[in-house]
Amino acid sequence: MIAFLIKRLFHALLVMFVISLIAFSIQNNLGDPIQQMVGQSVPESEREILREELGLNDPFLVQYLRFARNAVQLDFGYSYIFNEPTTDVVLRHLPATLELVAATTLLIVLLSVPIGVYSAIKPRAWLSRFFMGASIVGISIPVFLTAIVLIQLFSIGVSWSPFPGETGWGSWLNGLVSTEGGMPAYGRGDPVHVVGTWYTNFASTEGLVYLVLPAISLASIMLPLFIRLIRAEMLEVLQSEYVKFARAKGISLRRIYFLHALKNTMLPVITVGGVQIGTLVAYTILTETVFQWPGMGLMFLNAINRSDIPLIITYLMIVGLIFVITNTLVDLIYGLVNPTVKLTGKPA
Amino acid sequence: MSLLEVNQLDVRFALRRGDVKALRDVSFTLDRGERLGIVGESGAGKSVAAFSLLNLIAKPGYIAGGSIRFDGQELIGMRDRHLRQIRGNRISMIFQDPMMTLNPVLSIGEQMVECLKAHRRIGRREARAIALRKLEQVHIPSPEARLDQYPHELSGGMRQRVIIAIALLLDPDIIIADEPTTALDVTIQAEIMDLLLELCEKHNVGLILITHDLGVVSQVTQRMLVMYAGRVIEQGPTREIINDPQHPYTQGLMNALPQMATPGSRLNQIPGSMPSLDNLPSGCAFHPRCGFTQRPDGSERTACRSEVPGFVASGNCQAACHMVAEMQDQERIPAQETSR
Amino acid sequence: MTTQTSPQQAPPLPSRWERLRDSYLLYSFKRDPIAQLSLLVFVVFVACAVLAPWLAPMNPYDLAQIDILASELPPFWIDGSDPAYVMGTDAQGRDLLSTILYGARVSLIIGFGAVALQALLGVVFGLLAGYLGGRIDAFLMRLADIQLSFSTLMVAIVVGALVKAIFGSATFSTYAVPLLVLIIGLAEWPQYARTVRASVLAEKGKEYVDAARTMGLPSRRIMFRHILPNTLSPIFVISTVQVANAIISEAALSFLGLGMPETHPSLGSLIKSGFDYIQSGSWWITLIPGAVLVVLVLVINLLGDWLRDVLNPRLYKG
Repeated sequence: MIAFLIKRLFHALLVMFVISLIAFSIQNNLGDPIQQMVGQSVPESEREILREELGLNDPFLVQYLRFARNAVQLDFGYSYIFNEPTTDVVLRHLPATLELVAATTLLIVLLSVPIGVYSAIKPRAWLSRFFMGASIVGISIPVFLTAIVLIQLFSIGVSWSPFPGETGWGSWLNGLVSTEGGMPAYGRGDPVHVVGTWYTNFASTEGLVYLVLPAISLASIMLPLFIRLIRAEMLEVLQSEYVKFARAKGISLRRIYFLHALKNTMLPVITVGGVQIGTLVAYTILTETVFQWPGMGLMFLNAINRSDIPLIITYLMIVGLIFVITNTLVDLIYGLVNPTVKLTGKPA
Repeated sequence: MSLLEVNQLDVRFALRRGDVKALRDVSFTLDRGERLGIVGESGAGKSVAAFSLLNLIAKPGYIAGGSIRFDGQELIGMRDRHLRQIRGNRISMIFQDPMMTLNPVLSIGEQMVECLKAHRRIGRREARAIALRKLEQVHIPSPEARLDQYPHELSGGMRQRVIIAIALLLDPDIIIADEPTTALDVTIQAEIMDLLLELCEKHNVGLILITHDLGVVSQVTQRMLVMYAGRVIEQGPTREIINDPQHPYTQGLMNALPQMATPGSRLNQIPGSMPSLDNLPSGCAFHPRCGFTQRPDGSERTACRSEVPGFVASGNCQAACHMVAEMQDQERIPAQETSR
Repeated sequence: MTTQTSPQQAPPLPSRWERLRDSYLLYSFKRDPIAQLSLLVFVVFVACAVLAPWLAPMNPYDLAQIDILASELPPFWIDGSDPAYVMGTDAQGRDLLSTILYGARVSLIIGFGAVALQALLGVVFGLLAGYLGGRIDAFLMRLADIQLSFSTLMVAIVVGALVKAIFGSATFSTYAVPLLVLIIGLAEWPQYARTVRASVLAEKGKEYVDAARTMGLPSRRIMFRHILPNTLSPIFVISTVQVANAIISEAALSFLGLGMPETHPSLGSLIKSGFDYIQSGSWWITLIPGAVLVVLVLVINLLGDWLRDVLNPRLYKG
């Protein structure tokens, strides 16, 4: 267990080192703090003095070490846009994104496992064929387009049938939040305050309604992927000798499907799932842009458009940290499920 | 009445281009405590026969006809729920490759206990005690510790012992063993085979042993079937067939054994290879490879090409061969003529 | 066996065409109506893209042809449409059908270009990693792991943002096509490298590679002449899927404002420019190019699925 953790920790540190190098070189080459601090009017000689004072003329290694020391303390300087420490800005936007990702993950897990398993057990049933067809269409629709279509259908509506004009199909949901017009499609609404900078959408019906469309569109890209993966793995496992042997032992089909086969199916799915969390966070940039969801993704895009280099760097470092942590967690879970990974240190 | 009676079993694989007949007209019986060998090259249909007994053939295979009566009950067409009570309980199986047969993510104990709990109302503790006793019977060292281990922690030979223990868990009437030693190291093969034989004799369990190894068949079984291209071509007491094989194919198999070859010369092969099931030769499926399609006088035995041979008895054995049938007729006819 | 020179000639080796005609690939294609339809649609797409300058009613890049008064006209089946603009017009008064034809052309160019670059990088790195092993393998695969754990889209967005920051918006717009090819190519090479490496490792264990090595052939020759041909079917399958991915990635980048400029739109930037008008009811500006994009990606994915089923190569999992 300890050896495994140390190995994982080393890997995590290596990844963070690479990310920090990238972040640092972005800062070094693109961000000119002098330009930001003083205006155009200041003469070059004064700038040079300032440059020297700030240590911008120091050798690369010295500058990097300074950057790394600050990075460990989560100090990446001030955001140009918000004029406050970048870490505060990112952390303020973090809960919105995490809640969106959490709702999406929930949707994916709840739907992909039963659908994937069903279409593996009954590959010829028309429902399975429908799911497989729908999933390949789903993979082919870019996430932002799903988002736009959802807004059109549920929030705006189209004046010609079959779409109800003015309000869209979401009108029946409006009763829940007593809003006029279509389903809420922009922003988070009025989330409930929890603690510090954390406001949640999970605490009220209205908050949940605001989550519906963004979460569905974010899930729309991953769900088909997982359904196809689970189905393919399950089909392979069902062909295996040990499933045949379990049948020969007289075990019930339910136990064979949901214990013998599913446990083996989930091993590769967990690994892929770990990788896909990264993709999910990347897609939040698109989803949040369409829905004006005030999370890190939207913040990042604004930072890019306005060349807020410190904020970009902070986003990269914090997202990198989130990836590293989740990947380590996924590896741990994998080790717990798969007995062939020696995690417990028990002598074999 | 025998414990197991298989009659005219017909198994097919439904492929897009049409059905492929994997087993045709397979009939045999097994008495309580009897050990039967099924012999043939790979692709002859031995494993299909073994798996179809418990209706475990993988799709697109299906049983197209015939009857399988076990202890008076017809197994073909039986509901899966009822068949499940026979599988692993009264008829259990041992698979070919022990590395693939146990579920890698479940402990040995779990895989034994679930089998007991599937067939008996029994507590977990009691089930573990039975599992432990069976592990002892198959001579596994420190069986207590094995229960909590996972398959990857055991060697191939150990895993096959575990599988034998699982097969014995519910004191079955019949064990079907599909090439139980082929995937193992040569040194361990004999050990496992001896163990299986010992346990079957001790508990009076019937054994259907599927193998391509004539040596093993002669040591372990009392009766044997020889299969070729989905059909039984010779059957009878093992000793008689081994000593005096009638069918040219069985003779070929015997001659191909390394000990039959003259030292220093090549091994005796049967020329050609087994035809694929979807493209069988007409008449006797063996005729393109057979050295006896011509009579000693040089004339062609046309029946070999055109007619599927029926069984002819010779002693306690039966062989499905036109040549054997003709020879017997000739022996009979001259005898009648001289008596006249 | 005694060597006998047979009097009759050996049958001539089948030509490429004969081999294709008798192949399983063609056989299963003939039996699969979905694959046939997909290929047909895809060929139509490529033809339209190539012939866009001749097919399109107007040239959307030519400002002189644009009539700003004709902006936001709906497609023909809705009241208020103008028969001159079958699919309606966008907010700048450009004929939507023409912009879509030109846009599909840009999307396909970038898609194929990016996949060519990925394939080049991925095949070379994958071969090196798989064949040489050791430190080079560890380094390349660790790099691929890190990049993949960030997801290819994220890498493309970050690299895109940086490239845009370095070159400035104006220069970026001018050289958007080659830059996007570069960005997407750099972001997605690990997929290829891992697949190629996996099949190289599988091939490497086989006897013919040992034989080639015992004969003293140089590594480069073994890699490119002996191993590479045997990894072609996974490369073929993954290429199909990657073209679809590259087109989606380009659309995503354009949608975020990191791709094709609106003056020279791809399908993605058409969707983006239309999105601003969706609240005003002009849904067609965004949804018609969207539908075209989906159909294009879908047929490529369907072809990829069919190829994978037929060729059934070893693909890297995960």
